[in-house]
Amino acid sequence: MPAIIRQNPKPSAFPDLRNLGTIARILIGANLLIALGALVRAPNWGALPEEWLDSVAVSQLYVLLELVALIALGSWLRRLSFSAGAAVVLVVTIATGLVTDSLLRRVVPLPEGSLSRYLLFGLIVAGTLLFYLQLRAKALSPALIEARLQALQARIRPHFLFNTINAVLSLVRAEPKRAEHALEDLADLFRVLMSDNRDLVPLADEVLLCRQYLALESLRLGDRLRLEWHLNSMPGDALVPPLVLQPLLENAVYHGIEPSSEPGVVSINIFAKDGQVHAILRNPYRVDGGRHHAGNKMAFANVRERLALHFDAEGSLQARVKDASYEVHIRMPYRPAGDRA
Amino acid sequence: MTEAPLRVLIVDDEAPARRRLHQLLDDCADAFPLAIVGEAANGREALELLHVVAADLVLTDIHMPDMDGLELARHVLKLPHPPVVIFTTAYQEHALDAFEVNAIDYLVKPVRVPRLLAALQKVPKLKPVPAAKLDLLPAGARRFLSITERARVMLVPVDDIAYLKAELKYVTIRTVQREYLLEESLTHLEEEFGPRFVRVHRNCLVARDFIKGFERRVSDDGDAHWEVLLRDIAESLPVSRRQQFIVREIGRIATD
Repeated sequence: MPAIIRQNPKPSAFPDLRNLGTIARILIGANLLIALGALVRAPNWGALPEEWLDSVAVSQLYVLLELVALIALGSWLRRLSFSAGAAVVLVVTIATGLVTDSLLRRVVPLPEGSLSRYLLFGLIVAGTLLFYLQLRAKALSPALIEARLQALQARIRPHFLFNTINAVLSLVRAEPKRAEHALEDLADLFRVLMSDNRDLVPLADEVLLCRQYLALESLRLGDRLRLEWHLNSMPGDALVPPLVLQPLLENAVYHGIEPSSEPGVVSINIFAKDGQVHAILRNPYRVDGGRHHAGNKMAFANVRERLALHFDAEGSLQARVKDASYEVHIRMPYRPAGDRA
Repeated sequence: MTEAPLRVLIVDDEAPARRRLHQLLDDCADAFPLAIVGEAANGREALELLHVVAADLVLTDIHMPDMDGLELARHVLKLPHPPVVIFTTAYQEHALDAFEVNAIDYLVKPVRVPRLLAALQKVPKLKPVPAAKLDLLPAGARRFLSITERARVMLVPVDDIAYLKAELKYVTIRTVQREYLLEESLTHLEEEFGPRFVRVHRNCLVARDFIKGFERRVSDDGDAHWEVLLRDIAESLPVSRRQQFIVREIGRIATD
């Protein structure tokens, strides 16, 4: 299907090589690969022990030297991004390879021309282990991300909460029915905001929540906020992360509607296509609307992170300015409720 | 409380917030004589209204489109009888620390009647907060400069300003249509508006957007200097020797 652009909210950090578990994994992993090399090289099963001992003899010094070098560099490596760290490791691998080779040659006779293959093998082992450590870090990170998400989720703008309460207060005397309705919407919104949002929810629920949220904004902003819903081909049963749309609509109102006295349109277009769910949100683009870009980025990073957590490369969020409007495009795989929930 | 009732103007971009303040003021009216003289949805509307009706107190929201409450407070000072301004806001931001420090009154929404009443009772003894004190608040750059003309406050949108030129104790504001005289310091304006204007001469700031190009001129005594050519205005301004580097800087921006 169409190319999916993967956007990591934050490049993954380099693994901590000073961690005992990591050191053990590197030693065991390197020796497994060395044993594998011996297995390939041995002409028959009988020659395997000897071949293995030979390999271990010439490689152990290499492994240990490299490990010591990397542990020494550990705290510095930790501050690098994964790709920069990997580049450093490959350089260190070549350097320690050259050193061990020259040391070994003083003690044991090594065949001429073996150095380049020796280095290549070292690079393959280092690369394989890095790849494995990275995979492992990825498998563990959802738990960490989740902790951060929960903290972020509670952060609906306080400005919105107090302005809304103030608006509801203004209705209490003259239009008590409308005030009741608004408080019910507010309660529903905060129930979701404060709940444990780990599981996916049907898209129809998220859209209902967005309607309630936007009803509250309309109460405050009146005619200034105009809404256009295009939901005819929305798959209401698609499972999506909770609060995947609401924070983005909050941004749309805050940056697109509030900075102007003129009415503006927020449009919400959700449809399914080729096994994917698309949500396209648009709001007027205001050059001076970026009062708090930090808040904007936080919502984006939050939604993006959760899309990556739930859907990995199949979920994405992109934003762009197009003809005086700001457009956010979310793609998610179409997973109907009850299918594999 | 035998004097005339306090005349109050309500300013907020959200209609429900205006309505709420109206209700609360009505609640206070028994204890404190007051009259609501009008409502406005932003600073600009409020200023228009203040030309028509007199007010002793303006209760204004801080965050509003077109012209926010802080800017409104600056411009009302140019009125013949400036009202006292009290700010309202929905959220206790860090920015409000500056209000506390400078003893500038504000109300947090939702406002309670006793708090509002206490603020109202202080108003007759208060003087409008002077511009120098408003400068200490963390406001963004103004969208308008204001000039008093025949007892009216004229607003000049900053976007329309081609250049600002210091002359004696005034600054001349030049727009495509006309000139205005402003009593402010050029340095102060330069600080407030930052990169929007460039200093071409000790006494002159030109809006980047109005710069059409530069021209080398040789005067009668053989000295050569640069002149800034302006968009939509058939005038040019000399660039001082000290500021010559901007010719290359802006020239480069234009060709990029």
